[in-house]
This record gives sequence, structure tokens and C-alpha cells, in this order.
Amino acid sequence: MTISFLLLAAITIIGTAAAMTLKNLVHCVLALTLGLVGLAALYLELGAQFVGFTQILVYVGAVAILAAFAIMMTRSAIPTLSNAESSFRASGSLIAVLVFAVLAWAVYTGTSKQAILLAPPEGSVAQVGSALMHHFVLPLEVIGLLLTAALVGAAIVAMDEPRAKQTRGRQ
Amino acid sequence: MSGSLLAYANDVDQIFVLAKHWLLGYVPGPLEPITSAILSVVPVMLAFPLLFAITTVLERKGLGRMQNRYGPNRTGWFGILQPMADGVKSLTKEDIVPRTADQLVHYLAPVVMVIASFLAYAVLPIGRNMVIANLNAGVLFFFAIGSMVELSVFMAGWSSHSKYSLLGAMRAIAQMISYEMPLVLSSVVVIMAAGSLSTVTIVNLQAGYTGIWPHWYLFTPWGIVGFVIFMIAATAESNRCPFDMPEGESEIIAGYFIEYSGFKFALFFLAEYLGMFATSAMAITLFLGGWAAPFSFLTWIPSYIWFFAKLLTIIFMFIWVRGTLPRLRMDQLMNFAWKFMLPLSLINIVGAGVWHFMPAGFVRWGAVSLLLILSCVLLSRGLRRNKWFHVRTYRYAT
Repeated sequence: MTISFLLLAAITIIGTAAAMTLKNLVHCVLALTLGLVGLAALYLELGAQFVGFTQILVYVGAVAILAAFAIMMTRSAIPTLSNAESSFRASGSLIAVLVFAVLAWAVYTGTSKQAILLAPPEGSVAQVGSALMHHFVLPLEVIGLLLTAALVGAAIVAMDEPRAKQTRGRQ
Repeated sequence: MSGSLLAYANDVDQIFVLAKHWLLGYVPGPLEPITSAILSVVPVMLAFPLLFAITTVLERKGLGRMQNRYGPNRTGWFGILQPMADGVKSLTKEDIVPRTADQLVHYLAPVVMVIASFLAYAVLPIGRNMVIANLNAGVLFFFAIGSMVELSVFMAGWSSHSKYSLLGAMRAIAQMISYEMPLVLSSVVVIMAAGSLSTVTIVNLQAGYTGIWPHWYLFTPWGIVGFVIFMIAATAESNRCPFDMPEGESEIIAGYFIEYSGFKFALFFLAEYLGMFATSAMAITLFLGGWAAPFSFLTWIPSYIWFFAKLLTIIFMFIWVRGTLPRLRMDQLMNFAWKFMLPLSLINIVGAGVWHFMPAGFVRWGAVSLLLILSCVLLSRGLRRNKWFHVRTYRYAT
């Protein structure tokens, strides 16, 4: 429990907790981004350089921007007061406490008191690349197909309606 | 005699490294890591804003001469003290924040942008043995930090609660995301050739010579195409002309930083130029051999001099392009990115792979060049909406 781990864990928890409780939606997105950056820093502290930087590149650079675009394009950024807040708070915190108890029990019984001396796994880019190309090539290709399908779907959804339909509609 | 001259040249080359080690000798043991970090970071934080100040003068004078007028020539000899005047002006201007603006986010947006722009310099080797952090995944770190700039653009555009700034932010983010893909993909060819993501390794691999000719990655067919794609994408990432639609001064006034005045505007300006320098420095590291001299008989000139000479040349090219080309429209921009640059960078990767597996010689030069030239011509003709081979006609306005 070094001080750097405590600081990064605090940043992550505060960021994600703020993302759930703030009223202004844009503030929620920015707090979530802070939590994701904290996660990336935790990955870097564990020595996984590739995963850490890819987390920033993908989550902060793409997912947070996607959420930002969704807010900008719609009118959901206007803060609305709802009465549902207080009624969900009790049951929500009960469920959160139960989940935390289960996870804590699993972590506590799954780890041993003595340090297990294994060689630390290197998360270097060369190893990740060779694992992707040799052992995990089928998941890689399936992910590629999935991304292609998502791209084609997005293009179709965003495409203009064909001209013939419009002229028929006008007549 | 030449031996001692070479040793002298090596000392001048390593003068900053030697000075740092000498200063560290005076620091007690436990304080050494933090002092070493401070001594590495402070010169970079001094040098690049100074370069920013010089660039503002160079740009205004250069643009002025290209437009057949004098640039600023009242402050000091040939306008050289203009950055001082700009600095004083921006510090003494009133800081106006709109009443309906989101105060905290409005304040944080320039801060995040400047932090992201400065962080990118951590992995750039400015001279031999002169890099702040030799990360194993240096290039990946650079692009990850670059993607944080888009977040700050969103913060700036949204928090002002003004239609101009929101429109400008949307356009700017769309442009930056679209051009980030050719930027990263064109650097993949260099990573493939070097076999490493570390910037220091990439520069060291380019620092050799065959005869007098250097081993820069620019002098390969995929290197030339990759460099051109990288520079075009870098121009778009920094919102420079011809891609400065998001901050078009004649259209949406200043886009996403329209509601910023005084020092915050100066911070945005600084962050944009610093981003431009960082991307140029990354292009120099990846394609132009970093701090390596262009010919083997010029290696006595210190490595950091070569780095800054190449950086100034690229800045001059940026200013030249700004003074020459008109602005691209938003849809022309996006078409160019997705329909031309992205396929061309993917074909460039294929070309680099073909280069790697063919034996060295003229055959592989011819094969890869043919592949790249053919794909470039076919893609650009294909974008002209099925007017494939067609005599160009001009229509004059009547």
C-alpha cells in the first residue's frame, strides 16, 4: 500500500463517484474521464505500459469524446430535477454495500498472506503483439469483423435518404 | 590533432548532459531523482515557449512578406520584440468570463490543453542522450497524450455556452479525430521498420551512414509517403491553415475559444503552437533521423543544433503553406481524411511490409514506388466523382 497507489486509488474512486452523483451531465463526463485516467495510471504502476497508454488513447481520446458528442448533439445537458433521486438512494446504497462485501470477501480469501514469488509477467508490446498474432488470432479476427460491422452500420444510419424516395414523397 | 578536435566536438555535443551530471554531483543522495527530473524538464519548458515566441514573430513577418506587406516592424529592430509586446498585452487584458458560462470547466480548459501539450515533449529526443523519459512505448505515449487535447477542446467549446464556440468545438473535434487515424497509421510504418516503440531506439537506428548518405526513413518510398501523410495530418491536428476551419477568423471568429480573453487566450495559442512543435518534432524523430546530421561529414555539428535546424525548417514549411493555400471546407476536409489519407496510409503499411521482405536493391524501390504511386493516383482520381481521365476545363465567372 504505497502512497502512489493510495493517491491513484483515491483519484479513481473520487472521479467515478462524482460521475454518478453530479447533476450536470457534462461534469459527469469529465469526472468519468478523471476516473479513467486514474485507472490508466494504475495500469502504468503495475508495469503494463501498453495497456496503460492504450487506455488513455481509447477511453479518454475516443469514448469520453463520444459521450461528449452525444451530450452536445442532444439537449440532455440541461439539468433536470427529479424526485426519483431520494427513493433510489437507499436501495442503491444497499446493493452497493452488498456487492462490495462480496468482492472484498473474494479478494480476501483469494490472496495469501505470504508473497508469491513468480516472475513478473512482462506486458511489453512485442509480447502482446506476438500473443495476438499466434495464440489469440481468432479473437483478433472476430473483433475486426465486429468493428467492420459497426462501421458499416454507423455509415448506414448516418447516410442521407436516397433521392428517389424524396421525390416520391414530394409528389 | 583531429582526435582531440573530435573529442572537443563530442564535448560540445554533450554539454547539457555533462552540465546536468556536474550539477547533480552537488546534490545529496535522496534528492537526486527529483533534482534530475527538474534539471531535465526545466530547459525544455524554457526552450519551447521561447521558440513559440520566436515563431510568432517569424510567422507574422513571413506571412507579411508573402502577402507583399511588412509584418510587425515597430517594436524593436525588425519587430523582434513583438512577442514581448504581445505578452504584456495578454497579461494586462481584462479576463472576461460570460455570466452563463460553466465557471470551473471554463477555467480548466486552457490548463488541460497546456498540460497535454507540454507532456508530449517527455519522449522526444532533442539530442544525443538528451531525452526526458526513455519510455519503452514512447510513440504510444505521444499519441495518447495528443488525444487529451480533444478533450480540452470540448471543455472549452461547451463551457462557454455560446453557439459559435459549440459549433467550433464540434468541427474541431471531428477534424482532430478524423486526422488522428492517418497520423497514427503513418507512424506505424516507422514502428514496423524499427521494431520498437521507443523514440530513442528509432533515432539511434537512423543515425548510421552508408558512405555519406544517412539511414533516415525519409529516404525510402514508404518513408516519403508516410512523411507527407504525417505532415498533412499534423497540420490538421494543430488546426493550421489549410485546415483551420474550426478557428477560421473570417467565419466563426475564433471557434471554440471565442469567449476567452487575455491570458487564457494566450494559453490556448501557446498550447496550439506547442502541439504543432511537438508533432513536428515527432515527425523529425520518426522520419528525418532526429538529431542525426544529414551527411556523415557534418556530424561535428552538435546534435541539438541539427534537431532545432530541422524543426525550424518544418516551421518554415508550415508558415509557407499557411500563406499559400486557401482554407478547406468542412466536407472537403472530412472527405480528404477518410477517403484519401486513410486508405493511402493503409496501403503504405502494405508497401512497407513488401519492402521488408524483398531483398535490398533497385527492384524493391521500383516495386514499392509503383504500388504507392499507383494507389495515390487511383485514389485521387476516384475522389473526383468518376471523372477518371478527363480533360480539365476551366469555367470563368461571368
